[in-house]
Amino acid sequence: MKLVKESFGPSYKEVEIGNIAILAKDKPLRLDCGRDISSFPLAYQTYGKLNTDKSNALLLCHGLTGDQYVAGIHPVTGKPGWWESLVGPGKIFDTNLYFIICSNVLGGCLGSFGPKSINPETGQPYNLDFPVITIADMVRAQKLLMDDLGVEQIFAIIGGSMGGMLTLEWAAKYPDMVYAAVPIATSARHTAQNIAFHEIGRQAIMADPDWCKGSYINENKFPAKGLAVARMTAHVTYLSENALHRKFGRQLQDRKAVSYGFEADFQVESYLRHQGYSFVERFDPNAYLYITRAMDYFDLAAEYDGVLANAFVGSKTNFCLISFTSDWLFPTIEAKNITYALNGSAAKVSFVEVTTDKGHDAFLLDEPEFIATIGGFISGVAKQRGLL
Amino acid sequence: MILREDLQLIADLVEPGSKVLDVGCSHGELLEYLIEKKNIDGRGIDLSQANVSDCVKKGLSVIQGNADTDLKFYPDSCFDYIISSHMLQATLYPKQVLQEMIRISKQTIVSIPNFGYWYNRLYLTVRGRMPVSKSLSYEWYETPNIHFCTVRDFKILCADLGYKIKQQVFLGSGAAIYPNLFSLNAIFLLVKK
Repeated sequence: MKLVKESFGPSYKEVEIGNIAILAKDKPLRLDCGRDISSFPLAYQTYGKLNTDKSNALLLCHGLTGDQYVAGIHPVTGKPGWWESLVGPGKIFDTNLYFIICSNVLGGCLGSFGPKSINPETGQPYNLDFPVITIADMVRAQKLLMDDLGVEQIFAIIGGSMGGMLTLEWAAKYPDMVYAAVPIATSARHTAQNIAFHEIGRQAIMADPDWCKGSYINENKFPAKGLAVARMTAHVTYLSENALHRKFGRQLQDRKAVSYGFEADFQVESYLRHQGYSFVERFDPNAYLYITRAMDYFDLAAEYDGVLANAFVGSKTNFCLISFTSDWLFPTIEAKNITYALNGSAAKVSFVEVTTDKGHDAFLLDEPEFIATIGGFISGVAKQRGLL
Repeated sequence: MILREDLQLIADLVEPGSKVLDVGCSHGELLEYLIEKKNIDGRGIDLSQANVSDCVKKGLSVIQGNADTDLKFYPDSCFDYIISSHMLQATLYPKQVLQEMIRISKQTIVSIPNFGYWYNRLYLTVRGRMPVSKSLSYEWYETPNIHFCTVRDFKILCADLGYKIKQQVFLGSGAAIYPNLFSLNAIFLLVKK
């Protein structure tokens, strides 16, 4: 464990970040692309304590642009963690009860091994020489972290969006380690529409001249505009038409009439620009390329002869799938397909479609029915496991 | 833990330690009872988000789904029992739902309200209107019960489909003498022949 400084955003501001584990020291980790990595860093935060019989570990998996700061103050943005309302003493993920682990994914940009890591052979950032990673690789890295932390059994793995993909991958690959799994607003394979949106984001980054074919760090530049556009596009997919309309309608931004120009006349434009430009302060453009690619490549059924049910045969894991009615990025049918597959393999599964107009982002927002459901499920399985 | 009379009669038909799917499990009362008293491995399906959330909060494995469309995803004979309590008459395609339940279970328990109950017959004859009673409390235009049948109708369907009625329980005074006229509710334990 050590503290390291990393730089963020167009100004390359240096920030100290939390715990780092150095993994695969003795034996290299073979990635899906065929390359081996060894002695690589994985950044993580923990909350609460591992109990004596090591039965209370709870692994939370973040989404595409999330990170290990699920609770507490984020070192780069200064804002509370992405599930601050759920993680803490007396909260649903009660830190008095559970040992909560959240790690920055492999390929990420908040301390974990990623494209801006320094290649020891060249002394320069890997940039596009960084190996293309997959969701399975991210999970393999997390497994090494669990070994490093002495966690042999995980009471529950919970994740939304990309985090839900990691949750499914965990449950498929290490079924005996996972007592309960909660994949939220996710899918067992990335759809063509979602790949298409990711491609728009990547093309926006790569079209920015400051991207420098991926070598912006070497050139001391930063494709902020490209990354901001990528974020703006993605952000729209996280919302719903109703949510946008409720929030902004056609209201104008600080003006009484349209300008007959291309300034941000509408509040929704101003909001999106803000989303884009605050995002670039905390996220690495190449990491965005790599992580979106990992999601694109995800197709859990593919390695099981195209039959998703085969991924969960004999699984004793307790599953709870949650989707949101207004999520058009990971619509309910995706959760249903996973549910059907789990039914097909006779696994223990619950599935709830939460009614909300908040879109895909609902899993990060204060959505009472969602929070009640996930809390109820976790306390139910905690009773079964003898933790409550 | 006290169950509604018809649910208790259903529970009595279930062997301890078996694997059970309750289709239309509502708030999960029957599943909870069977898990506690008979140590079953229980699953449920219900249409309503609120009901499913209630079940999940109790630690039950329940999915939000639809009997008409979602049973086809289960493998053959994967449950020892399927229970459907006052559900079949609310489906779009009761015959197909029944066939699916028979396919995915070793034994199927179906409980139905008997539309041939004397009160319903009298109500329709005397008033000339669709029966509304304590147990069938909906007006025709808002009822979820779109496929009512009588005890005789149901038995004919089972015979047509080649299912054996292993056990039958009729509720209501005088039901034992003439079930189609005097039973308010009927419970059948069905198996493939």
